[in-house]
Amino acid sequence: MGNTLIEKIIMKNTQKANVAPGEIVTVNVDRVMIHDIFIPFVADKFKEMGFTKLWDSDKVVLIYDHLVPTSAVEDVRHFQIGDAFAKEHNLKNFHKADGICHQLMTECGYAKPGDIVFGTDSHTTTYGCVGCFSSGIGYTEMASILGTGQMWIRVPETIKVRIDGKLPENVTSKDVILRLIGDLGADGATYKVLEFSGSAIDEMSVASRMTMSNMAIEAGAKAGLFAPDEKTCEYSKVKMEDVAWLKADEDASYVREMTYKAEDFVLVCACPSQVDKIEAVSNLKDIKIDQVFIGSCTNGRLEDLKAAAEILKGKKVAPFVKLIVTPASRSIYLEAVKAGYITDLVEAGAMVTQPGCGLCCGRACGILTDGERVVATNNRNFLGRMGTSKVEIFLASPKTAAASAIAGKIVEA
Amino acid sequence: MSKVFKFHNDVDTDQIIASQYLLLPTIDDMKGYAFESLDGDFAKNVAEGDIVVAGENFGCGSSREQAPSVLKALGVKAVVAKSFARIFYRNSINIGLPVIVCREMYDVAEAGDEVNLDLAAGTIETSKGTLTCTKLPPYMQGILDAGGLIASLNKEED
Repeated sequence: MGNTLIEKIIMKNTQKANVAPGEIVTVNVDRVMIHDIFIPFVADKFKEMGFTKLWDSDKVVLIYDHLVPTSAVEDVRHFQIGDAFAKEHNLKNFHKADGICHQLMTECGYAKPGDIVFGTDSHTTTYGCVGCFSSGIGYTEMASILGTGQMWIRVPETIKVRIDGKLPENVTSKDVILRLIGDLGADGATYKVLEFSGSAIDEMSVASRMTMSNMAIEAGAKAGLFAPDEKTCEYSKVKMEDVAWLKADEDASYVREMTYKAEDFVLVCACPSQVDKIEAVSNLKDIKIDQVFIGSCTNGRLEDLKAAAEILKGKKVAPFVKLIVTPASRSIYLEAVKAGYITDLVEAGAMVTQPGCGLCCGRACGILTDGERVVATNNRNFLGRMGTSKVEIFLASPKTAAASAIAGKIVEA
Repeated sequence: MSKVFKFHNDVDTDQIIASQYLLLPTIDDMKGYAFESLDGDFAKNVAEGDIVVAGENFGCGSSREQAPSVLKALGVKAVVAKSFARIFYRNSINIGLPVIVCREMYDVAEAGDEVNLDLAAGTIETSKGTLTCTKLPPYMQGILDAGGLIASLNKEED
């Protein structure tokens, strides 16, 4: 019996000849990520556990993004504690205003194919886009890894998702993952791994795959994995021969197999207030909107800004709609400036904000109130996520979001 | 006896403790806002030893450990649900909050019911009969029995 991709990664890490779902193993952690919201709690627990030294300071990454720039005086405390922790432990991998943690982790090469990475954020699943096993944990567990370099995991079952063919025009990886979450349900992949393959997946850029790994958690998944290919190697700066082992065996065993024809996918939204409440955009008639958000660790990359700019170029955002655009990182922001996308977006009426988590985590830069409706490219439409609990959030792709901003209602691109 | 506080399916961590309260310095400062969007009086009405009952996928969403922590700080004895989201489940065990899978409880129990949860035996006595809960794997039960991950790490050192 062969092995799935996640089993291969765990076997390599633990140097075991075989592992099977359900088994509990201790892994050596290749990298961890802590962000500004949880650093005070991680620092506290680390002390409470009696640790004084990090197991390996080079393997620890501290990123400020949820509170950047600060919007309340209490936010500053998190930076003060983070700064002191970084200084005390001589942290070199420290980003104060470079972008959203999940973007930076692969962009800066902290999370590489075959690695095992944990972060104090549920969207840590994002690094599966390069074939890295990465998952979210709490701050107590993070403190324990900081001291020991190890963590126990239960070897997960795998759901194989195969998509062959060519996606229709304007249908993006966001529409694909939303549909999959709808089919699986918000808990359909809990404790399990989603392993993506097929010719439509091969065609996708690493950035598009990132959107799918990012949202794997919205079906409860522990990871959303793609086997590395030439595109991954170029992005992650690794050699194909070094990552060739990172693929599932033909006779690997799956708990479930889902097979799709790429041609069957359509533009969709996740409707308020559940990520698995999926509806075709063509069925959403006359839903007037107050705001559009294009950004986040889900869809704030260069190809997303490009797609939005192409739709908005030479057009105007509807007069009653606020369009907020947040690039996922400083380097993406710069690239988008150089390519002229930011000019196109701003001329159309967009407000462009500093890379960070602000609006997506309901803290800053466009908070909404009762009765307002937003089309957003991020990953969660939970009650109260972007303001009060009476805000309606429709999750969609950057193309749907851009077209809707012009129309003032939800429309297809 | 434990009083039952009942919630639905897919209760996410934003509903357990909303993100705007995560900036408060301690769990004790946050606990008064638990379940604010679902039941504004929860923190006021819950007493030491009460239990939270829910449907599928309890604790989905963010990785915030403050979610199980505020429940523990309010004296919640256990969360009994049909199923739990992964990170919430791990976090709960790590901080020593019992999370119990019992699929029948949601259908049997009503809000305000008085029940008797026996953690050691893994049973819940209700007015409609005694229910049996699913057992934790031994590794996780060990952490929970020790009182959470910190206590468990300290025990390993001893």
